[in-house]
Amino acid sequence: MQNRAMSFIFPKWTNTLPLKVAVGAVLVANAAGAGVWYYLTPKYTRVGYTPKQPIAFSHAIHSDQLGIDCRYCHSAVEKSWFSNIPASSTCMNCHSLVLKDDPKLALVRESYQTGKPIPWVQVHKVPDYVYFNHSVHVNRGISCVHCHGQINHMDEVQHAKPLSMGFCLDCHRAPEEKIRPVDLVTQLDWQGAVNGKQLVHDWNVKPGQSCSTCHR
Amino acid sequence: MRYFLTLFILAVVGAVTVLGFRGDKSRKPPRMAEIFPDLNIQPKLRPQTVTKFGGFADGASSRPFPSGTIAQSIGFNNNTAWEETPLNTGRDAKGFVEVNPVPVTADLLKRGQERFNIYCQPCHGAQGDAAGGIVKKLGASTVANLQDQRIVRMNDGELFNTISNGKSTMMGYAGQVPVSDRWAIVAYVRALQLSRLGFKDDVPAPVLEKLK
Repeated sequence: MQNRAMSFIFPKWTNTLPLKVAVGAVLVANAAGAGVWYYLTPKYTRVGYTPKQPIAFSHAIHSDQLGIDCRYCHSAVEKSWFSNIPASSTCMNCHSLVLKDDPKLALVRESYQTGKPIPWVQVHKVPDYVYFNHSVHVNRGISCVHCHGQINHMDEVQHAKPLSMGFCLDCHRAPEEKIRPVDLVTQLDWQGAVNGKQLVHDWNVKPGQSCSTCHR
Repeated sequence: MRYFLTLFILAVVGAVTVLGFRGDKSRKPPRMAEIFPDLNIQPKLRPQTVTKFGGFADGASSRPFPSGTIAQSIGFNNNTAWEETPLNTGRDAKGFVEVNPVPVTADLLKRGQERFNIYCQPCHGAQGDAAGGIVKKLGASTVANLQDQRIVRMNDGELFNTISNGKSTMMGYAGQVPVSDRWAIVAYVRALQLSRLGFKDDVPAPVLEKLK
């Protein structure tokens, strides 16, 4: 009798409880894992970042419609690690004639006259412990489009690529997939075929994969 | 279990609603959980940024040139100091130098073509005939036609001077185009002009044969 009474201490529904707890734990763990995988990556945190700029500058108009080369404004990109934001005098090369009294360009004119910088918001930024060099990439046939996306079709600059460490390494491990003739580097729409292996060989391209290539 | 599953699905849907998807447009700057944020944003000066530590009174990291000064390494090829030589100014004691002081080679013309197409073509057009996108689409009608007799007759030094310092509505390009590239552009402009001024006899026989 004593033994029978003991067997009724746990009601019947508890029979499936361990299974339910296990299923629940698996679901929660998977959801948490999927959340970390999907969200805690620059593919989520950086891609799509479109800050509001002080002036509604459109790359689509300047680059695509008017056919101005990237280097007209970003004139230091071939010589410097840093691709410069143009001085307001560069804007005024044309805008002293075109839209010269337009209120949308008031900040440009003010900056040109007073020397006060235009407070552009930086879109693409790698952490300060990464030493990326623009000139070495554009002088060896890596196009703007590979890291910046099709800026030439953007009215507002949007962060298009993750620029994560994995993103860099993908290309450093297989540069022949991205390399192109140097004179096509600023042709962001170019889709032609090229013998990448040949260019990598001819230009002696050896993108480093050791830590100190980018972290110093 | 039913309650748990309902809650679970609500939690997942809620999280996705709040967090959205990869690539969604966002106005807010990217943030990752940072344990040591000072590694990511280090107290050092980066070009063209606002700096919040020490630094300069206006907060800008890049310094403008003090007025009335010229940077030391801005002469020919960007590796010599700027001196008042014909190579850097396009002028000598007599006025504008007549002939490009840089030897004109195929490489120089190629460089000139590339630079012309970046910095001059938007207004002056690929042929130099003032038919660039800015003129055609936006009607900047004061742009000079480089094929004009007036410009064909200019000394090379005057073209160089115009590129450097500008003229009438054109602004100077000294900030964007270094000295060596300006001479390359001068050489290429001459080639463009020659392409419209040449005679049939100037074309070598084998090339002429091909054109027929």
